[in-house]
Amino acid sequence: MANALVEFDSVVKRFGDFTAVETMNFTIDEGEFIAIMGPSGCGKTTTLRMLAGLEEPSEGQIRMQGQVMNQVPPHERDTPMVWQSLALFPFLNARENVEFGLQMRGVDAATRRRKALEWLDRLEIGEFAERDVSSLSGGQKQRVALARSLVTEPKILLLDEPLSALDANLVIRMQSMLTRLQRELGITFVYVTHSQSEAFAMADRVVIMSRGHIAQVGTPKDIYRAPANRFVAEFVGRNNIISGHVKSATAKTVTLEGSLGTFKLNLGERPKPAIGEAGQFVIAADLVHLSASRPKSENVLECSLISEEFIGSVVTLFLEAPDGSEFKVQVQERELADMDLKHTDKIFVRWASERAHYICAG
Amino acid sequence: MNRDRLLKGFLFGYLALVFVFIFAPILFSIIFSFNSDRFPTIPLGGFTLKWYETIWQDPDVWEAARTSLMVSISVAITATCLGFATAYTDYRYQFKLKPLYLALILLPPTIPLIIMALAMLAWFAKIGLSGQVVSIIIAHTVLTAPFAMAIIRLRLSQMDASLEAAAWNLGADQWRALRLVIIPFCKPAIISSFCLTAAVSFDEFAIAWFISGLNKTIPVVILEIVTGNIDPQVNAIGSFVFLTSMTLVIIAQVVLMTKEKKEKDHHG
Repeated sequence: MANALVEFDSVVKRFGDFTAVETMNFTIDEGEFIAIMGPSGCGKTTTLRMLAGLEEPSEGQIRMQGQVMNQVPPHERDTPMVWQSLALFPFLNARENVEFGLQMRGVDAATRRRKALEWLDRLEIGEFAERDVSSLSGGQKQRVALARSLVTEPKILLLDEPLSALDANLVIRMQSMLTRLQRELGITFVYVTHSQSEAFAMADRVVIMSRGHIAQVGTPKDIYRAPANRFVAEFVGRNNIISGHVKSATAKTVTLEGSLGTFKLNLGERPKPAIGEAGQFVIAADLVHLSASRPKSENVLECSLISEEFIGSVVTLFLEAPDGSEFKVQVQERELADMDLKHTDKIFVRWASERAHYICAG
Repeated sequence: MNRDRLLKGFLFGYLALVFVFIFAPILFSIIFSFNSDRFPTIPLGGFTLKWYETIWQDPDVWEAARTSLMVSISVAITATCLGFATAYTDYRYQFKLKPLYLALILLPPTIPLIIMALAMLAWFAKIGLSGQVVSIIIAHTVLTAPFAMAIIRLRLSQMDASLEAAAWNLGADQWRALRLVIIPFCKPAIISSFCLTAAVSFDEFAIAWFISGLNKTIPVVILEIVTGNIDPQVNAIGSFVFLTSMTLVIIAQVVLMTKEKKEKDHHG
């Protein structure tokens, strides 16, 4: 078990009447790549700004290596940040931007210059060292911003949606560079984003936030396959949520009866619900099977086709369940072509019970 | 098509007329400053530099020029410092009475000059500062600081909101962030504001006339010459004042515009 680098202990942040972050408890380990994800206004950037000392918690404590950080001003922390706007100093060139942090620490000019050039080289933009930052491309600016934050060799790097201004191709390249850099340096990255693909592609653990609360903390796989609640299930996208009442339950499985039928599902690590309790389950759109005739198995839903969305190799089908609710299915385009569903008005959907996860109501 | 051209022609003509109205008097003043005749009449007499020679040899004009220069440089420095401080306060802090604060700062240019000059005269007499160079400096600072504030405030509004926080984040305390980030970012605006406030102070007549006493500035001396008799040396001094002010204003414009153009080019 790695050591905790940062601890959030019942942290609350209020701006006037508005509560941006509500009783937050979680720890960030040394050397971990953690992503904080959520829709805008969920408190993720406020959380990051509290780490950098730009906001002070209204209640609770933030500890870094055991030391309480609440009152420590930003310039006395070693928590460099890569900003959404990059915030490069426009009147300095690339090298001078990178040197800034070293200059503030009183490093002599020669060492400053050498270290700045080393970092620019490491990030493959050494040749642009003497260029005005305004003359660099988006990706190059990004690298200058990274070099500027990393040159002081911090224990933790904060990143506030740093890739949101780049185009899709560049995002992928920067993602692999960031992951590689984090592995090589072995320092903690705290990455705030609203993009699921960025968070899932890079992070060891993801914190999902909703309206100032932590909705779930877990590995990307856990969050994707076993969302803890309805918010997470909906936020991570192509999931179907079906409601009902608990008919019977064992330590591992639950049988849920609802307007769409009776379904068996996986309880996972969650506590066993009481019989008759209102509940829901999640079934991911890419974990279901389709057929034109009624299959002889459990967990079957009879649907009609509403529309389809073709995005390359994967097709999303929007189906309508008998009660009028929408049911999404993701299949490979090739599979769909083989199935010949065009000439049928009924589509049968089935899934294995261990793929369906029980979540609490609400 | 034809109507478009007609409209375009009309607008060009209109614009030309505006320029003629603005610049013709100045242009004539410059032309007559080189004219040998004592009275400004057409046809012109011969070319001469004698009016420039007269003012060159006139100790009163020299004295006034020295005072004007001293005043305008002092005013430029104090007004720009004040303007920067007020603009930065506005940028950085949110407080309850901010609209009132801004209104108070921007008030001086809206007061009729004569009223302000009279008020200044009365006030300086009361505190025993009347007729001194420092009183002209104070009065002109009050008049020009709002311009400095407006120019620097505009520049601050173009600044990335995270820039200052980024400096703190990299280990700069508030003073160093101000010195190493905010001031360098505002440098073009600071230079412009310096030139413009200097130009306004150099030109300003009404307040200077009321409170200058024996320490006359150039515009005051011009008026004194004109009230005595018609003398073409006024044209010579006028041309000199015009050239000085225009140079300052043009420097201010060029500094601001090249900076903006450079930034725009790279963003595009």
